[in-house]
Amino acid sequence: MSTATLEAPPATPAPAGHRSRPFAWVPQSLTLAWRNIIRIRQNPEALADVTFQPIIFLVLFLFVFGGAISTGGRWQDYLPFLLPGLLVQTVVFSTMGTGVALNDDFAKGVFDRFRSLPIARISPLVGAVLGDAVRYMISIVILMGTGFALGFRFENGVGNGLLACLVVLVFALALCWIWVWLGLKLRTAQSVQGVAFLVMFPLTFGSNVFVNPDTMPGFLKAFGKVNPVNYLVDTMRGLMLGGDVQKPLLITLASMVGLVAIFAPLAIRAYRRRT
Amino acid sequence: MSTTNQVAIEAVGLVKKYGSTTALDRVDLSVPTGTVLGVLGPNGAGKTTAVRILGTLLRPDAGHATVGGYDVVREAGRVREIIGLTGQYASVDEDMSGRRNLIMIGRLQGMSRPAARARADELLERFELTEAGLRIAKTYSGGMRRRLDLAASLVGSPSILYLDEPTTGLDPHARNGVWETIRNLVLDGTTVLLTTQYLEEADALADSIMVIDKGRVVAAGRPAELKAQAGKQSLDVRPAEPGHLERVAAIVAESVGVRPSVDVVNALVSVPVSDGSSLPVVVRRLDEAGIAVTELALRLPSLDEVFLALTGHATEAADSTAVLEGAGR
Repeated sequence: MSTATLEAPPATPAPAGHRSRPFAWVPQSLTLAWRNIIRIRQNPEALADVTFQPIIFLVLFLFVFGGAISTGGRWQDYLPFLLPGLLVQTVVFSTMGTGVALNDDFAKGVFDRFRSLPIARISPLVGAVLGDAVRYMISIVILMGTGFALGFRFENGVGNGLLACLVVLVFALALCWIWVWLGLKLRTAQSVQGVAFLVMFPLTFGSNVFVNPDTMPGFLKAFGKVNPVNYLVDTMRGLMLGGDVQKPLLITLASMVGLVAIFAPLAIRAYRRRT
Repeated sequence: MSTTNQVAIEAVGLVKKYGSTTALDRVDLSVPTGTVLGVLGPNGAGKTTAVRILGTLLRPDAGHATVGGYDVVREAGRVREIIGLTGQYASVDEDMSGRRNLIMIGRLQGMSRPAARARADELLERFELTEAGLRIAKTYSGGMRRRLDLAASLVGSPSILYLDEPTTGLDPHARNGVWETIRNLVLDGTTVLLTTQYLEEADALADSIMVIDKGRVVAAGRPAELKAQAGKQSLDVRPAEPGHLERVAAIVAESVGVRPSVDVVNALVSVPVSDGSSLPVVVRRLDEAGIAVTELALRLPSLDEVFLALTGHATEAADSTAVLEGAGR
């Protein structure tokens, strides 16, 4: 993405040499991404949604429901099935934080501060998304770390396992544009969260994240066929545990392209309206 | 106004509408370099809208403005390089430490990491925030927060500074601190556009004052001119002995022909007069009666009285909250 695709605010080259560089938005975006990381370090409690929440979900599903869901009757047998799915759910849920944080920045006037500075107009938006990639990574590391401690292993090789983590990260970066868009459109952070839950719950629970959808009623199975989360979870299981990867991976990639193609322009248009 | 002064901020016919509400209605203003313009008005008068337009955050619907010679719409990038902005809407990040906020702003303005750190520390020291600088901004008191906001707008050493209600909600001590800072900035040659709801503040800091109400400029001029425009003067007499208050009131009433108001708490007798001609009469009669006074003054009306005279309504919040709520957003 380049500033040229937007109405770049410094329309004429600025007098100070360093600001007239066409790629000034790169270091600016990195500085703003750094801001998000600093915020995490200074308010670790704000990370609860990507730290404790996935661990609680893991513990809940593994130990409470695991024995009942698993065909073998032991929670240990459920772990390999659950962890790739839960990883998807966690990362999908953490993407809404991007929209909530953006909304908050606008409401609190932090964006106006940025806008009053001689920086590229797109930098704060790129910085917000990049900074959130770090949050997604943290949630991946924490959940996988907990999974490994409980006995999960990449049965299809470490390389494929890491590739799976990368795929889910990239998927999150594609999905977050929905929340960027809504974060800019909706009035309050609470309403962003409300809408997000409304979308996230059916997407993740009406899928193969926790159970094999074969036992679900027909309408849910039909929904599963068009639910991109299903294919992402299949990709993850294929890469981490072995099995068919090609078809679900292609569908996942296509859904990422679709998400970005629809929501990134909407988000950028909303952003331009507000800045 | 001196013509040798260069103009730092100039606006002609600024109009901004929000739906059917006109937040700014053909506002003209001009601020010579190195001076302070106080923009005075109640909540919703359009002060913030004006600052946002001059700060490139908002496009005017009509009219145009230049800041430092640059057009605020067409050359917004250049304007941003020479301005600093402080207001409740251009905020620091509350979830970061004061120091990190300042470093971030320095980095965004293209400073190297060491330079940004040095500038942050310099500003923290100047605003007596060195110790607090490491704490997250959320924990700051109102006065500290305002000083940090000011520091944030000064990172890039702007030559033109917008201060949108810099002391609203501060206690008198913190307010004096902010005033002192503003005065020092002006001494260094910074041009300041200050908005305020407090007439006292405009009087204390501004070289010229513009009074706006419901998006229109209702008066403009130097503080003394505005006071003179409102007309009436006031004669104050404070006896040395509080016990003489009633006798003084009687003498004043006789001399002026109007019943004075008697402020028992401050031991002050005060009466509106049309000119200074009754002053010698009062002095003579007090002398004849052998009453000593600690204060005897003919004063111009306060700016509060001026505002009432100019706009037909008072400046109090009770009045203004009902008017154009949210028009400045």
